[in-house]
Amino acid sequence: MEQFVSNFGLLLEFPVVNLKIVLDGIMIGALFALAAYGLALVWGVMNVKNLAQGDFVIGGGYICWWLTQMGVPALIGVPVAFILMAGIGWIIYILMIRPILDRDLFTTLLATFGLAIIMAQLLNLLFGSDTQSVDLGYDTLYFLDGFIDVPIAKLLGVLMAGALALGVILFMKFSRMGQAIRATAQDARAARVLGINTDKVYAFTWSLNAAICGAAGAIIVMVWVIQPFYGITHSVRAFVIVTAAGLGNLPGVIAAGLGIGVLEQYGAHIFGIGYQQAIAVILLLLVLIYRLSQQRRVRQSLR
Amino acid sequence: MRANLSVLSLVAGATMLLPGAASAACESITLGAAISLTGKYATNGIHTQNGYEFAIQKIKDAGGVKVDGKCYNFDVIYYDDESKGDRAATLAERLINQDKVQYMLGPYSSGMTKAIAPVTEKYKIPMIEAEGASRSLFNKGYKYLFAVLSTSEQYLASAIALAAEKAIASGKDPSSVKVAVAVENDPFSLDIRAGVLEDAKRFGMKAVIDEKLPRDLADMSAILTKVKLLKPDVLLVSGHSKGAATAVRQIDEQNVKVSMIGITHCEAADVTGKFGAAANDILCPTQWAETLTYEDPIFGTAENFNSEVKAKYDAYANRPIPYQLAQASAAIYVFKDAFERAGSLDKEAVRDAIAATDLKTFYGNVKFSEAGNNIAKPMVLRQIQDGKYNVVAPSDFASHQVNWPRG
Repeated sequence: MEQFVSNFGLLLEFPVVNLKIVLDGIMIGALFALAAYGLALVWGVMNVKNLAQGDFVIGGGYICWWLTQMGVPALIGVPVAFILMAGIGWIIYILMIRPILDRDLFTTLLATFGLAIIMAQLLNLLFGSDTQSVDLGYDTLYFLDGFIDVPIAKLLGVLMAGALALGVILFMKFSRMGQAIRATAQDARAARVLGINTDKVYAFTWSLNAAICGAAGAIIVMVWVIQPFYGITHSVRAFVIVTAAGLGNLPGVIAAGLGIGVLEQYGAHIFGIGYQQAIAVILLLLVLIYRLSQQRRVRQSLR
Repeated sequence: MRANLSVLSLVAGATMLLPGAASAACESITLGAAISLTGKYATNGIHTQNGYEFAIQKIKDAGGVKVDGKCYNFDVIYYDDESKGDRAATLAERLINQDKVQYMLGPYSSGMTKAIAPVTEKYKIPMIEAEGASRSLFNKGYKYLFAVLSTSEQYLASAIALAAEKAIASGKDPSSVKVAVAVENDPFSLDIRAGVLEDAKRFGMKAVIDEKLPRDLADMSAILTKVKLLKPDVLLVSGHSKGAATAVRQIDEQNVKVSMIGITHCEAADVTGKFGAAANDILCPTQWAETLTYEDPIFGTAENFNSEVKAKYDAYANRPIPYQLAQASAAIYVFKDAFERAGSLDKEAVRDAIAATDLKTFYGNVKFSEAGNNIAKPMVLRQIQDGKYNVVAPSDFASHQVNWPRG
């Protein structure tokens, strides 16, 4: 308890810490937001809650890491991970997701849970259980007496994440496929009636999600470290963010992603870093409680 | 597994026959070992097995084990525990009940040793282990468990002594030293933390940061921000390979200046290979290093041990020999010494002889406490200096001066 108070005191004593925490949180949250957006897509369009979301992220990370081992510049790894994961995602869709699309919630949950285990073990077999990371070798920018540090690699990562998010937004708004995806999300049967090939839309959505995750993973390996069994942490955050923001609400997902990043950093600062992840889960709980109470009110008024 | 086993027993049978042909006088003493040859501990399990085998061969070449005027050679029955504790315990039962093994060698890791120790204890089978460092192994009152390695609370404790030394040298009181500790929430790392805090308390030092790292999602920027605010003189981190990788990366990124930084598992995380100059001047604890000045009549100097192992096993040609291998060899050597002093193959006599061990080996001195851990060998601290691991503490064994303050 004493430690919490003194930690809290530090925030007031050194206001600059707040700026640092917010910046760190935003840089981390931007990467969470990407995977969360992919989850919102498959959840909203296909009604599949993908428990292997984080493992797609780690898969992309390993693609990028492996390329750098082959001597390819790490930045090339981001588009390559995007494309390769799209292909892998498409194969997974054909083999695994399409046959169970019409089944109930538990079938898809179990199937994607199995997929998560298989992916993590495959990565473990292929690349070993060591922690890996790619060092871009860029400098770090320092502000305010060196107290605020912004590694150029992280900055670059956030910019790439932003560019990718923007690309996806524009694609969804203006391309034919994007329109078809949105139509299918609104009403799949109506979309089919109007001549949209929803099977193609589903396959595309699933691959797009895998691709977004792959690119996010490639960025993560450059600014953080990855390990075959880290997928679950990214999955948990993606679920928290999507639950908090709601489906089909891209600005909401981005805001929730950044918000969770910042809140986690504050939580880690005040309660200790061991509780960093607990913050995300507690937040999920609060959001769910709030949503439920809201729904009950709506239902009561309808009665 | 079954196929493996029959191959192993064939090999064992063959090795039993061979010395009989060469030097008819030597009989064999059978040791049992359940060891991780597959699964998550396989890499280190194989290092351990190589260490056992290397030592057995060396002892054979040097004329075997002399017990009461007769000559013996060691011979080990290995089983694969698949890196699973319950399997390890079952295999220990099998070694003792079916194979009638009277003496055991340890498995790899504290966890596996914890699984086997109750079994060997139940049957009163003396076990010398070389790979279980957790001190929770040595507070259960085990009478038949002996470990040649230093327990885990000592891993970073010597860094505290070093910090005190430096404080005195720069004219300050050791109690003015501020310590920051960040360890993962697992038994091994918590042991390390306990050791550090105990030692810090002895010097009257204050722990300004004392935090647990999460098991996954490697991010410790919140701790490092606090480090920048509170300016400790010593920062100690233990979180296995990923903790080491994250710490080195983020300490560099956030430009954290602390005069002394100690991190476990530097070698395993290959921080010099991954982050280059960012890893410089970081202190890393190790059980053993080939540059130490220990020696014994069988293996010669530590350096000699190092070069002979490299010559025998191609796998270590281009990398440092892991200390896991060296300590496994040391365990065999302790058995040899105990058998010779016991002058009998009776397991109780051997157990008492092991308990009375006071031996100088290439791996360090071995002398067991009442609880069975080795109290004669200090942990060694190496500092990464220009990408090389150089021994800097304790000062009796140091080959290089410590670079202090860091950065």
